[in-house]
Amino acid sequence: MKAQGTVHKYGDNVDTDVIIPARYLNISDFKELTKHCMEDIDADFVNKVQKGDIMVGEANFGCGSSREHAPIVIKESGISCVIAASFARIFYRNSINIGLPILECPEAARAIKNGDKVSVNFDTGEIVNDTTGSKFKAEPFPEFIKDIINKGGLVNAVKTRN
Amino acid sequence: MPMTMSQKILAGKAGLDSVCAGQLIMAKLDMVLGNDITSPVAIGEFEKAGFSGVFDKKKVSMVMDHFAPNKDIKAAEQCKRCRDFAGKYEIVNFYDTGEMGVEHCLLPERGLVMPGDLIIGADSHTCTYGALGAFSTGVGSTDMAVGMATGEAWFKVPASIRFNLTGELNKNISGKDVILHIIGMIGVDGALYQSMEFGGEGLKNLTIDDRLCMANMAIEAGGKNGIFEVDNITLDYIKGVNPDYAPGESPIFAPDPDAEYIKVIDIDLSQIKSTVSFPHLPENTKTVDEVGEVIIDQVVIGSCTNGRLSDMKVAAEILKGKKVKKGVRCIVIPGTQKIFLECMELGYAQIFVESGCVFSTPTCGPCLGGHMGILAKGERAVATTNRNFVGRMGHPESEVYLASPEVAAASALAGKIVAPLN
Repeated sequence: MKAQGTVHKYGDNVDTDVIIPARYLNISDFKELTKHCMEDIDADFVNKVQKGDIMVGEANFGCGSSREHAPIVIKESGISCVIAASFARIFYRNSINIGLPILECPEAARAIKNGDKVSVNFDTGEIVNDTTGSKFKAEPFPEFIKDIINKGGLVNAVKTRN
Repeated sequence: MPMTMSQKILAGKAGLDSVCAGQLIMAKLDMVLGNDITSPVAIGEFEKAGFSGVFDKKKVSMVMDHFAPNKDIKAAEQCKRCRDFAGKYEIVNFYDTGEMGVEHCLLPERGLVMPGDLIIGADSHTCTYGALGAFSTGVGSTDMAVGMATGEAWFKVPASIRFNLTGELNKNISGKDVILHIIGMIGVDGALYQSMEFGGEGLKNLTIDDRLCMANMAIEAGGKNGIFEVDNITLDYIKGVNPDYAPGESPIFAPDPDAEYIKVIDIDLSQIKSTVSFPHLPENTKTVDEVGEVIIDQVVIGSCTNGRLSDMKVAAEILKGKKVKKGVRCIVIPGTQKIFLECMELGYAQIFVESGCVFSTPTCGPCLGGHMGILAKGERAVATTNRNFVGRMGHPESEVYLASPEVAAASALAGKIVAPLN
C-alpha cells in the first residue's frame, strides 16, 4: 500500500480541538463535520486539501480528547496518511482502529516542509520527499497492529477472530 | 518480574502471571463508558458490525453530559440515539438528563468504579478513576463498540513514571495546583504512552477529591493513565459509595516494592503554590504570583476536574457575602445531581446566586465550548476545567486560563487572576 500527495505541515501539539472544534460535535454527519477540519489553525485547509494529500505534524500530534471524530475527519477530508514525530496515544489507537494510516518518524516530521510532495510506502515504512529527494524510514507497526490494519480496522479484526 | 501497579492490574485482567512494558495484550474489562458525543459513533460501529448484544448490561455506562440538557436539535438527536440503544440492549447504567452528572464525577459517586478494575471510556478523562486504584484509560468510539460487544480490549502495557509524594498542602492549595505543577514540569507529552503512578507518605494528605482531580489530568501530560496507591482514605470512600465492596483475597493496592520505573519524581506537597496554565496548552504554567495583570471576562467553576463538593465548598467560602466583579460572568456547575442537592442543603447554592453567579444543572457545557458559557472573540476565562486549547471554550481568539477553584473564585471577585487571600 502506498500514498503520494502534497504535504499540509503543522507544528507541535496539534490537538483534537483544532482538528475538529468540539463546538461542532453535535453534528453526526461526518461529511458535514469534515467542513470544519483544522479550521481554528488553518481556516483554508478544507479548500486546499486534495484527495491523497499527506498531513505532517511534529511532536504529540492528536493530543487532547479521545474523540474518534478527529482521525475520522482527517481521513474524510481526503488525507491518505499522517506523519508525525510522535502521536498522542488515543489518537494513535483511534487511527489504527478506523484505518487511517499513520507513521511515526521524527526525522521526516522535522525535515518535510509545507507544500512538499511526499511518497509513503506503508509496507516498508519508507518515506520519500519527492521535492528534495530525501528518504526516511519510519518504525514499522508490530504484527498485532498490522493484523488490525490488514483486516480493515478493529471491528473487522474482532469479527474474523470470533 | 516485579511490576508497577498498572502492570499488575493489566496482567490480572489478561490472565497472565506477569506482563512487561511494551507487551501487547487482550484484557477483560470491568466497565465500558461513553457519553452523548462518543456513544453515537460507537453505536454506529456496533450496528455496522452486527453485534448481537452487549457483553454485560451492568458493565456498560452511558452518560448524557456533554451537550445535555440538549442544547439544540442535533444534540437531541444524538442523545435520542443513545437512549434508544440503551433501551434496546437494556443497559442498566444509562444516565439521562435528571439523573446524569458529568460522567467522571458520576461514576465514582455511583460506586461503579472500584480499586483494581480495568475500565475503558470513550472520553479522554476516563483516566480519572485511577484515583481509586483502577486502571482506567480513554479510548475511541470503535474501542467502545468492541468493548461493549466483547468485554475485551487490546492494550500496549505502559511503562510508568513514579511520583513520590511527601509533605502536606498549604491552605488554599489543592490537587489542581499539584497536577498543573506536574504538567508544567514534564510537559503535555511528558508521560506520552506511559502510566503516572502516585504514592508515598504524602498520599495521606490528599483527599479523594484531590486525587480524582489529579488523575483526571494525567491525559494532559500525555499519560495513558494516572493511578494512585490504595490506602484507608480510598477504602473509606469506596465503602461509602458501595457498602457491598469486598476487596477479595489478593487485592492490588500498590506496585511491587522493586518495580522498575522510567523515572521517579519526588513532589513535596508543601512546596506547591497556586498554579495557573496560560493559553493555549496546559503545560504553560505560572505560579499565581508570577501572572501579572490578567483581566478576565468569565469564570467557570465545575467540570470532571473540579465539579465535586469540595470544589463547590471552597468556592462558596471565598464568595460568601461578596459580589462577583461587575463585568465578569461567573458560572458554577456542580458535577452531579447529588452534589447539586448538597450545594442546596449546605447553603452554597444561595451563596453563589447571591454573589452574582449562575448556578447550573450538571453538564460539561462550557468546558468544551458546547453551551452554557461560550466566549466571544478576545474574551478571557479562568476555568477549573482541564484544557485551554485554541477555541476550546468558544471563539478561536478567546483564551482559557486553567486554575484551581480557589483561584477561580478569588478571580471572579477581583475581575483578574489572583490568589485567594489568606
